[in-house]
Amino acid sequence: MKTLKAGTRLKSAACDTEVMVIRTRPEPVLLCCGGMEMIAMDGQKAAAEPDAAFAQGTLVGKRYVDEQDTTELLCTKGGKGGLSLEGAILVVKQAKALPSSD
Amino acid sequence: MNIVMALEMAADCHPDRIAVTSGTKSLTSGELLRAARTAGAVVRNSGCRYVGLLDINSTAAPVAIFAAAYAGVPYVPMNYRLTRPELEALLARIEPAFLVAAPAYVEALTMPAGNHVVSAEDFLALAQGDTPPATEAPGEPSSVAVQLFTSGTTGAPKAAVLRHENLMSYILGTVDFAGADDADAALVAVPPYHIAGISAVLSSTYACRRMVQLPNFDGATWLGLCRDEGVTNAFVVPTMLSRVIEHLDATGESGALPAMKAIAYGGGKMPPQVIEKAMAIWPAVDFTNAYGLTETSSTICLLGPEDHRDAFASSDPEVRRRLHSVGKPIGTVEIEIRGTNGKALPAGEVGDVFVRGGQVSGEYLGVGSLLDADGWFPTRDRGFLDRYGFLYLDGRADDVIVRGGENISPGEIEDVLREHPAVSDVAVVAMADEQWGEAVAAVVVPREGTNVAASDLQDWVRERLRSSRVPAAIRFRNELPYNEMGKVLRRVLKDDFRSAAVSA
Repeated sequence: MKTLKAGTRLKSAACDTEVMVIRTRPEPVLLCCGGMEMIAMDGQKAAAEPDAAFAQGTLVGKRYVDEQDTTELLCTKGGKGGLSLEGAILVVKQAKALPSSD
Repeated sequence: MNIVMALEMAADCHPDRIAVTSGTKSLTSGELLRAARTAGAVVRNSGCRYVGLLDINSTAAPVAIFAAAYAGVPYVPMNYRLTRPELEALLARIEPAFLVAAPAYVEALTMPAGNHVVSAEDFLALAQGDTPPATEAPGEPSSVAVQLFTSGTTGAPKAAVLRHENLMSYILGTVDFAGADDADAALVAVPPYHIAGISAVLSSTYACRRMVQLPNFDGATWLGLCRDEGVTNAFVVPTMLSRVIEHLDATGESGALPAMKAIAYGGGKMPPQVIEKAMAIWPAVDFTNAYGLTETSSTICLLGPEDHRDAFASSDPEVRRRLHSVGKPIGTVEIEIRGTNGKALPAGEVGDVFVRGGQVSGEYLGVGSLLDADGWFPTRDRGFLDRYGFLYLDGRADDVIVRGGENISPGEIEDVLREHPAVSDVAVVAMADEQWGEAVAAVVVPREGTNVAASDLQDWVRERLRSSRVPAAIRFRNELPYNEMGKVLRRVLKDDFRSAAVSA
């Protein structure tokens, strides 16, 4: 369990996935990728493959949210694992595309 | 949350896609990342506390933006058109700086002793040299990424502070990662010291869209570059669009831009005649009006392509006038119009425009944050929201003329005068008045070959607006003073009336 905050970056212990927290709950949460708790960017990866139940894969640039919409993550690097919060799989958020203004 | 994240993701995903083209030079996103990391280490080793840029746009500009982030210092691009004393005053405020500057702009300047000055070419050579690169950007999301000196059309420049979290909030809220196609290219014609020049780099990088830089704008070159480089997206300030259309009118040249998909505009008020003409020349192009400020990390409101087409095709005046609107707030910001008592105003009533959201910095060095307790920033723009939520701007609060307690916006008078057949350009400003405190004064540029008396123009306004709107004094000029972004320098015009009052 970790207390997350906006801007925090984490990586998967089981695959190449990296995320940045956009928003989350104030209390400590169990955020996993590939079924293993996500670790600090300088943390040591486990020598394990993602759990088959949590191997949906992540795509760089996509936003992932929980069903209650309390937590939103930006995937900054894709991998083979799937993201989950308190055991529930996170899904891709469909963002409304804006016309380019720059 | 650091702006380098945008570049790291782009370089990871599309390392070989070209990130920026300037003349015959290009950098892929992989090369841009390597250059930024190496230059970041060079800056860090120099001990400088800022990265300054005093040059026209080149591939060195995006390298410098990200290099500053890797060095953990603010990036400060400056206006190379300023006078020597103005530039020396700015340089004294960012000492010691690692300054990327064209020799022609700095040779006459007295340089602070701690500065490292290199040309863009030498900076790029260092960035592609042997210095061991920085691998991570230090600092916090709240660290300052960019410091911009505001254009100061009404006073001395203020240093607006944009933090990594402000800029990334804007990018993550408005840009789809890697949303651009392989062939997409965005033409960047705004100078690097403008907020639109910064957001162009960040947006294009995050979208994995190639930037094509146009360092010195003119209508013919813009058109040529659009065709030669297959430009699909462009951002222009209203004056640029006028110049392009004037060029087409003057030469009879075809305006065909086969690759162009979308043109966004902003940075000042777009004359309705210009946007209507542009939509007629390029009916297949998507037009977007973007309203934003330096202090809000760029765009906060958008009038999108569908809104443009609906308005253009409509005979309903309420829909038609949307071409004069700056659109609706983007999803990640809120807009509120407030009256003089600070309370929110209902739709249709003109007041002060306030904005709130993660991208809003609203902060100046030495002044502090201008956000109120609830996070709202006073834009100093006047305007109203219509019942559909479209925002209409009505000039700057500082430009409002207070005549005998009545607030008069220069915009409505300028719009009326501009419709007079003998008026080519006009600006309305406040003039000191013994009886009223302030009075309405107008500066008019007559159309070539016409001759019009001040009294005719006063009658013209009297027939169309309330009598308090009739200019008490009208002066004629051959042209109005504009800054390079197309904003009228009202300060200069006000000074004209001040000196006239003294000499009279």
